[in-house]
This record gives sequence, structure tokens and C-alpha cells, in this order.
Amino acid sequence: MEIIYALAIGVLTGAGVWLLLRPRTFQVIMGLALLSYATNIFILGTGRLAVYRPPIIGADDATNPALYADPVPQALVLTAIVIGFATTALFLVVLLALRGLTGTDHVDGREPDA
Amino acid sequence: MNALVQHLPAVPIVVPLVAGALLLLLTEGQRTARVTLALSSLVIQLVVAIVLLYSTTDAVPDFWTEGIGVYSIGGWPAPFGIVLVVDRLSGMMLTLSATVALAVLIYSLASWDRPGHPFYSLYQFLMVGLNGAFLTGDLFNLFVFFEVLLAASYGLMLRGVGAQRVAKGLHYIAANLAASLLFLLGVAVIYGTVGTLNMAELFGKVAELPGAERTLFDAGAALLGIAFLVKAGAWPLNFWLPGTYSVAIAPVAAVSAMLTKVGIYAVLRVGTLMSQDQAAASMLGSILFFLGLATLVSGMIGMLATQRLTRLVAYSVIVSSGVLLASLGLGIEAVTAPVLFYLSASALTTGAFFMLTGMTDRTRLPSSAPASDEPPAPSMPAAAIASPSYVSFGVLEPDTYGTGEEVGVSIPAAMAFLGLMFVCCVLLVAGMPPLPGFIAKFTLLASALAAAPAAGAAGQAWALTIAVLATGFAAVIALTRIGIRLFWAGTARRTPRLRVLEAAPVAFLVMLCLLLSAFSGPVMTFFEATALSLHDPQTYIRTVLSSAPHVSSGEPEP
Repeated sequence: MEIIYALAIGVLTGAGVWLLLRPRTFQVIMGLALLSYATNIFILGTGRLAVYRPPIIGADDATNPALYADPVPQALVLTAIVIGFATTALFLVVLLALRGLTGTDHVDGREPDA
Repeated sequence: MNALVQHLPAVPIVVPLVAGALLLLLTEGQRTARVTLALSSLVIQLVVAIVLLYSTTDAVPDFWTEGIGVYSIGGWPAPFGIVLVVDRLSGMMLTLSATVALAVLIYSLASWDRPGHPFYSLYQFLMVGLNGAFLTGDLFNLFVFFEVLLAASYGLMLRGVGAQRVAKGLHYIAANLAASLLFLLGVAVIYGTVGTLNMAELFGKVAELPGAERTLFDAGAALLGIAFLVKAGAWPLNFWLPGTYSVAIAPVAAVSAMLTKVGIYAVLRVGTLMSQDQAAASMLGSILFFLGLATLVSGMIGMLATQRLTRLVAYSVIVSSGVLLASLGLGIEAVTAPVLFYLSASALTTGAFFMLTGMTDRTRLPSSAPASDEPPAPSMPAAAIASPSYVSFGVLEPDTYGTGEEVGVSIPAAMAFLGLMFVCCVLLVAGMPPLPGFIAKFTLLASALAAAPAAGAAGQAWALTIAVLATGFAAVIALTRIGIRLFWAGTARRTPRLRVLEAAPVAFLVMLCLLLSAFSGPVMTFFEATALSLHDPQTYIRTVLSSAPHVSSGEPEP
């Protein structure tokens, strides 16, 4: 499972970085979105991958922490998702404003000189 | 102790948050209420910041344990709960940012608050982020407050009109979003290796890490460092800075000068806590030094190359970041106090200078003044100016000056005032006596050169000295050239009407600089105490971890 997980992060990051460096605003926003997915999955991974382990300690068996998943990365990733969502929405507005103002979707607001 | 006083560290975050939210509810017509609310929020922040600053000094030894105030937000003890920490450095940064922000807000009252744009709310949220970043005691909340700060600054940067501004804003947002993701990755790696994000506990535990984990931790710390350096405007991560700051409206650019200082603060805070490990510290230091030097040189070249005042001031922000980073990179403890002095002086200076550019821009005749100072983009169709998207996105142009109605009282001898303030700012940026820029640079270089041979960094100290002096010289050349063009040459100039509301904040910040210069002795003593406590992170760690959670008076004592 770790291999698939790591590969997923790698593919997302690679695609994200490539798109981020593209000259069109839509590609940039997609790149940022992919990068933030990669980051979020990565954060979740820092809590160690495990299945069938609850993050909340039950009343009956609270002695062995190895039976439980780490709740902190899950809380962190929730915060990161919310913040990432908000900033992506804001970026989208700026992207549309730039498109409306300049009539081009190039990140510099003008087409490169041919 | 008074229970209410215990809650003081939360005030700089809560007050602007509440004020910003309330400001959203007020309609555009209620200008008096909006202005009163925004101003009183800033005044409260300034007063509280000064009280907090005072409470961390030796003047009130028993206020906090060992001069470090710890406030547990959720009432949980430190390594588990979220804490706010006030020490000398935080107190100083809080006071500095509240001072600059108050001056800028007063300045913006004169003209920049046009209805239809939540300028005041965004401004308050910017303060939430700034204050929170200075106060927080754990890395993840540092990230959260950075995001608050940036989200507000995105909105503020886009204020005003012009395709250039939106395009530069887009670059700014993209660069900072990418940096935020790196920040998150760094935080995640650090949590994955150490298992905590509380700064005090973190740095106690780092030394115990086994080799492989330690490498991973260093990688995480490096990711954090990159994120901080993007904020601080270090070369080569500062490509967005001159463009963005020079097209932003004057008050926004002025307060944004504080944003680079947040990056420096983060480097200082996390860096000094980490420098317990000598090997890591020296490697970190040499990278920081060369990055700082490159920043300094690139800022200098930019200053000489540019013809526009706002862009030049933006490059001076880069130069000051370069000086700060390179000096921190020397790894000499004696330079920390002058670094803090330089940081304060340069924050006040850039704030004043950016506000001044807003006024000197108006000496151009309206006919020769395009809406944006930037040369118009070749392919930008003129019809786009009338595009409906201006209205739909709320980006409205503030009136061109002089023709509209005048708000407030004008001051006499406007050109003389502008010229005088310009000279003061030039002297400050270039570091000429008798202004604090000189004192800061002099003490910085003197202590660096004195302590460098012992630290084995004599070559680096000399390189820094040469670079700083050359940059000062370049600043004089560049600014004099622009000053001649602005005030002497060219008859096609008109004398703008300056309102007291605009002129006073600039004069106030310059006066503060003069005071900083006049009282540099006591100020330097304070900075030395700050530096001392920074280089003794054990006190910080001990105080934060041993702090008992504060229980409010309404609840039963456990």
C-alpha cells in the first residue's frame, strides 16, 4: 500500500509542478490544485498508513496507543483542505478578472510576442 | 494577578478579528462608524502591543515567568494544547506592525477608502494574520496565520484598477500558494519525524532523533525555510515582489512591507530555536548568508536599473531583506541586536516611503498621468477599460486626484514637505547619519567585523561590509536621480494638494525614525536583551512547557 500511496503523491506532484510552470492561467490553477491534493495526501501519510484503527480512543481499551491511528494529521489535513479550497476559489476569481480585463488567458496578461 | 490581564496575549488576534467581521456588517453609508471601528481596533492593538512589550522587559520582572508570557488558548497545557507565546521578540514585532499599520490606516482614510470594496475588513484580517504569526507558539498555527495574512493581502493587492495590477496580483498569489504548499509539506515532514508541532517541545526533541530520522527532519526544516524565504523576499524567490509591490496602491504597499518582515521573523524564531545544534546551524548559516548576499546584490542592481520610484522602493525592501538574511547567516550572536534595530528602522522607513510615493505620484499632470504608472501593455485593448468586469469584480478606480472633491484640510508648502520627507527617506534607505539607518548599519558591520575572526567568518563579514556599503552608495545614486527628476527637473509638474491625514502619518513614521536615532542607546539595550533571550532558547522551551493552563475566573479551579 505504501508504494501505491507514494507513487500517487509523486505523480500528482509531478503533474502539478509541470502544470504550474505552464503559461496559461487555467493550467496554473489545475497545477496548484494537483499540488494541494498531493500535499494533503502526504500530510495524511505522515500519520502512518493503517487500516481498521480508529483515531478516537475508546473507553474500554485506552492503554495501547499502537491500536489507534494518529488523529493530528487528520485534523491538520482538514484545515489544509479548507484553506486550500478557499485560496483556490480566490485564485479562480482573479483568473477570471484577468481574463475579463485583458482578453487573454496568458499569466502575464498579454500574449508573448510572436 | 488580575485575571483579565492574563488574557492580554489573545487581544491582538481577537480584536481585529471581531472588528473585521463587524466592519463587514456596516453598510457603505456608515462611514463614520466604519472609520471609528477600524481606528479604535488599531489603537487597541497598538496599546496592547506596547503593554505586552513592556511586560516582557525587566521593568516588570514578576509579570510573566522569566519574561515570557504563555497563553493556552484551549486551556490545555503546552505540548498538547495550542499556546500563544509573548517574549521580547514577539512584543517588539507586534508593536512595530501595529505602529506601521495605524499610520497606514490613517493615511488611507484620506482617499483610498471608496465604497464597494471591503478595504477596512481585509485590513483588519491582515492584522489578525500578522499578530497571530508573531504570537503563535506552534508551527501549524504559524501556517494558518500566514494563510490569513496572505488571503487578506491577496484582496488588498488587487485593490485599484488595471490589468497590470491583476496580472501582478495573479503572480503574487500563485507564488505564495506554491510557497504555502511547501510550508505544509515541511510541517508534515516535521510532524512525521518528531511527533509534535509545538516549537518549544519540537526543538527539545530534535537532538534525540536517530540519524535517518534526523535527515528527514532536516529536509522538512529546509522546506519550511524555503517557504519563509519566499515571504522574506530572498533571491531567487523574490521575482514576484518588485512587480507586485510597485503596482499595489500606496497604503497596501506600505503595509506589505511588514509582510517581508514576517518572513524574517519566522527565520529568526525557528532558526534560533534550531541553532542548538552547531553543525546544522553553521550549514544553515552559510546557505542563509549567500542567499542574503545574492538578495542584497540583486536588490542593488534592481535599484540602479529602475526608473520608477515605487519600483525602486520595492527593491529597497529586497535590499533590507538581503541585509537581514546575510547578517543572520553570519552566525554571530553579537549581530542579532543590530539586526533587530535594522529591522525596526527599515520597517518604519519602507512604510513611510511607500506612502510618500502615493503622494509624489500626484505631482504629475493629469494629462501625462496614466491610471497605472506601468507602461500600458502593448496588446491591452483600450476598450477593456470600460469592460463590465470592473464592476462585476468590484475593482474600481479611486478618483484621479486633484479634480474630485477634497476631503479634509490641506497643508501649506506641499512641495517643500514632499521634498523634505523624500530627503529623510533617502537618508534612511541609504543609511546616512544621523538617521537610524546609519546607526543600524554601523553597529551591524562593527559587531560583525569585531566578532567575525573568532567565529571564523572574517571573509564573510568583509564581503557583507562591502556589499552593504556598495548598496548604500547605489541607493544614493538611484534615489538622487529620481529625486532630481521629481523635484527639480521638468516644468510639467503641478503642486498637489496634500491633506493633513496623508501627510501626518508619513511625518509620524519619519519622526519615529528620528526618535529611534535619538534614543538609540536605550533601544539598543532592549534589543541586546532580546538577542540574549533569543540565543538562550532553553528559557523559552522551559517556560512554555512548564506553563500551567490558565483557567478563566468564571470556571471552578481544578
